Amino acid sequence: MDVKKLKRGVSLVGAGMTPFGTFPGLNTRDLFVQAFRDLQGSVDKGFDPKDIDALVIGNYSSTMFEGQNFMAPYVADAVGLTPIPASRVELACASSGLAIRQAILTIASGLADVVLVGGLEKESDLPIARVTDVLATASDSVYENPSGFTFPGLYATLATAYMHQYGATPETFMQIAIKNHENGVLNPNAQFGARISDIMASKQKSAEKRGKPIPSWADEMAFLKDEKANPTIAWPMRLFDCSPVSDGAVALLLVADEIASSFTDKPLHIIGYGQGSDVPTYERETLTSIKAARVAAKQAYATAGVTPKDIKVCEVHDCFTVAELIAIEDLGFFKPGEGHKAVAEGLTTRLGPRPINSSGGLKSKGHPVGATGAGQVVEVFKQMRGEAGPRQVPGDLNLGLTHNLGGSGMAAIVHIFERRH
Amino acid sequence: MSEQLPFNSASYFKWLSQQKIMGCRNRTSGKFYFPPRPMCTSSYTDDMEWEEVSGEGVIIAFTVITVAPTLMIEAGYGRDKPYCAGIVRLTEGPAISAQIFGLDMANPASIKIGTHVKAVFIDRGEDEAKRTYLGFEVAK
Repeated sequence: MDVKKLKRGVSLVGAGMTPFGTFPGLNTRDLFVQAFRDLQGSVDKGFDPKDIDALVIGNYSSTMFEGQNFMAPYVADAVGLTPIPASRVELACASSGLAIRQAILTIASGLADVVLVGGLEKESDLPIARVTDVLATASDSVYENPSGFTFPGLYATLATAYMHQYGATPETFMQIAIKNHENGVLNPNAQFGARISDIMASKQKSAEKRGKPIPSWADEMAFLKDEKANPTIAWPMRLFDCSPVSDGAVALLLVADEIASSFTDKPLHIIGYGQGSDVPTYERETLTSIKAARVAAKQAYATAGVTPKDIKVCEVHDCFTVAELIAIEDLGFFKPGEGHKAVAEGLTTRLGPRPINSSGGLKSKGHPVGATGAGQVVEVFKQMRGEAGPRQVPGDLNLGLTHNLGGSGMAAIVHIFERRH
Repeated sequence: MSEQLPFNSASYFKWLSQQKIMGCRNRTSGKFYFPPRPMCTSSYTDDMEWEEVSGEGVIIAFTVITVAPTLMIEAGYGRDKPYCAGIVRLTEGPAISAQIFGLDMANPASIKIGTHVKAVFIDRGEDEAKRTYLGFEVAK
């Protein structure tokens, strides 16, 4: 393969975020200011906002969520950056993965040395049914939506195809949910930072308080199999297979390699980068794998000159639990059809040999769609610098990877980060 | 009417309203497109002709949806009346998303990939918004 590489290296020197959750009364601009403040605290040697040459934000649909199109200059104003170039890119749930890529390209081109990346989404002002409709505008409005498809529904079709081909069961998906909630407990920025067992206990407590019969379950798996506790959304995807409706903002600082040391002694060099696209689900040759992700991963490994086994820490796009299962195969960590066995054996837990989504993933941390890709990078930044606190993945984490999908996998962006000694 | 219709989604739905399921074949590459497209992405020509499909196929993936979008809620579906949305591979080769009828929605685990289905026509919406969509039902 002819590997095309950047002509100038780019580093990540700071990463900040708001907690993910629902924040009534705060709009996208307010959230971005919070993320920017957090970013300022994360840059070891500090930085002068006047040194920022450009702003690129990823945002899926402030247009429909907030009635505010044209978000980039408003956000630039909120953090005092006008009159620098301010742009918004959109690629559904991969919007801020794309914003990172555009920032990399801007720096590599020589047009900028310092670029601020934003990932932004404010979803919770709309009622849930409207949120579902807004998210569904990323699926095919001509041939998918009229069939009654929803996003959980599209990923559920991948799940049935995978189960049919490889013999996985709905329990596989439940194990992924349990694992990601387990990780999210240790993440103060997570929207649902609670173990499934904590959620069971709180349901029992609330039933007791209301004088209702107190439900009981043998274990977490029994709870997740209880249709009342964990209702089906789009079979086999149930409530606890789905990432939540979230608000959140992320701010990242990317700079040219040669000036990184004036920001920090521990920059992360962005050595791998890939992006792919694909056809709608109904046109695909296979439904058990996401081609755009395989293409993006192949480019990222080739540009970085590393292989899947070299990666130490990894955040994947688990918008639905089945997406994590497919991701760990598409990224080459497990062979096609082997991912569900790896999940069952606990290989992807935080302390296992192949830790996936130490942040809690989209499932537990939250999924403010336009902020998600950049949010994954915050986790990798913390983990690789040994700053992840109680959820720190052990070992020398010199290589980290982020995997960000758009829509039902019609877009994918993969980045690989390196910490040098 | 076939020769006058442009090869696009509007024509596809016009055909469906007449209970005809039409794709198009590119004369240069021989490639068959369903749903129809204005340009062949293999030969990059627009030398198309209409071709009817049989409406028979098999389920290659599916879901049973209980939390429905607005469109389906308006059609009476939801938690109390779940429905199957799936992907059907036609005998002619291409696959398409569609609602599938005649399955046991209360027991999704009983639904089998590979089940043979045949086309049905679904009318949705009122008056001017009324449109015919392609659906499938389990073949007897």
